Amino acid sequence: MSDEPDSDSDQTMEAYRYPDGSITYPGHPLGPGGEEPTGTVDLSEYVAEVITWTTSTATPPGVRQPNTLAIVEFDVDGEPVRAIGQVTTEDIDVGDEVQPVYCEELREPGAGIREPASQEWDGFRFEPTE
Amino acid sequence: MERVAIIGASMTQFGQREEWIRGLLSEAGQACLEDAGVAPDAIEHLYVSNMASGEFEGQTGVPNALAHDLAAVPAYTARIDQTSSSGGAGVYAAWQSVASGASEMTLLVGGEKMTHRSTTEATDVIASLTHPVEYKHGVTLPSFAGLTARHYLDKYDAPRESLGKVAVKNHKNGVDNPHAQFRKEVDLDTVLESPIVADPLRLYDFCPITDGSAALMFCPESVAREYTDNYAVVSGIGGATDTHVVHERADPTTMGGVVNSSEQAYEMADIDPDDVDVAELHDMFTILEFLQSEDLGFFEKGKGWKAVEDGITDRDGDLPINTSGGLKSKGHPLGASGVAQVYEIYKQVVGEAGARQVDAETGLACNVGGFGNCVTTAILEGQQ
Repeated sequence: MSDEPDSDSDQTMEAYRYPDGSITYPGHPLGPGGEEPTGTVDLSEYVAEVITWTTSTATPPGVRQPNTLAIVEFDVDGEPVRAIGQVTTEDIDVGDEVQPVYCEELREPGAGIREPASQEWDGFRFEPTE
Repeated sequence: MERVAIIGASMTQFGQREEWIRGLLSEAGQACLEDAGVAPDAIEHLYVSNMASGEFEGQTGVPNALAHDLAAVPAYTARIDQTSSSGGAGVYAAWQSVASGASEMTLLVGGEKMTHRSTTEATDVIASLTHPVEYKHGVTLPSFAGLTARHYLDKYDAPRESLGKVAVKNHKNGVDNPHAQFRKEVDLDTVLESPIVADPLRLYDFCPITDGSAALMFCPESVAREYTDNYAVVSGIGGATDTHVVHERADPTTMGGVVNSSEQAYEMADIDPDDVDVAELHDMFTILEFLQSEDLGFFEKGKGWKAVEDGITDRDGDLPINTSGGLKSKGHPLGASGVAQVYEIYKQVVGEAGARQVDAETGLACNVGGFGNCVTTAILEGQQ
């Protein structure tokens, strides 16, 4: 797994927008009311606020140790959108502002029980803006 | 619809066992047949609650194997997997099989064999229930607990020590449970000084990895009277889900599956939370006992921690919770846990809980899968 953020990435952190205005990350085939999504939002263009965090010391195979994780909330033009992900540092607190930073490999594919080809292994970590 | 009765129950020793899944299931199944006084050829439906025997041991098809080992062929069999709430889902399936009239004698056996795997391997098997966006970040069930515990403590201004007191209480209760994995009291300092697992939670905030099995025998109430005059009825039962992606929930401290499943169970039993005399909750992590005790309606939101501090949930309190020792002390063999919760409630309401006995006519068991992803709630009433 790579520990170096890729700041030059053109990857997107894609969330889905639904007819009622709500946005979810990840997206789902059907949203509130059973309606199909109407579009996408790239959350990597926004900053978020840390809602809660933890540092896990007993991590599963292929995962960095320790592994600091956070649930964060984006404000997309007034619509709250939450996401979970690794944090680039252990120095984090509730209320901190973070930005998504692309990482090519968050976890070593094949080290754990899940079939490597069944899902993507890249994504976005959260980095404090200050 | 005729009421569904439970006429027998059993559980194996929980802990690190030499037996593999077939042996564990057979041990509990045989003991339940003996406890109920039911002959194997009377079993019409046989359900096995199990999350991951294929992943843990490479053994699939366990219901058919158990039917053969118990001489219960040609009983209809099925495996019930609902992750950590497989046991509760099995109770629901067994209840349905009798309530629908499809079966007049249903045996439910829950079990899991886990301890041959390392902690990290077992954690990964369990974490495989997560969404890909969670799994690739290394999110585990313990990390969800840490995230939620921090949020709860901040939101409700609860002291960290209150979580530790859940562990202290449940370990104390487990001392009197001969089947418990840990029959040893722990003090608050030990809990609060144990190694951090998922900050702010420490080792003693988590249940252990466990081997074990438990079983229950279900039949119509009219049939129950042919076997015994001391049985329990399933007076209420409910099941519900919450979001697969945990962070999408509006309030991280509310488990919608607990709210919805318990509302169904209370309505069916025609009772209120205040009518419950004893409860078994899914304390896989100490924080879960707070969340469930609130979402079941026992205490106001944000006040579950205070109930523990005030001793209300102690064995001699107004609402004893986890008299068995809970998953925390008794152990958590995934597929067995929900069955073992109902085993404890059954023993309480029929007056056979021994040193753990409390004054109880009505008891509730709440079994949680994932981090509240799937939930069942069952209410039992004694019919002595």
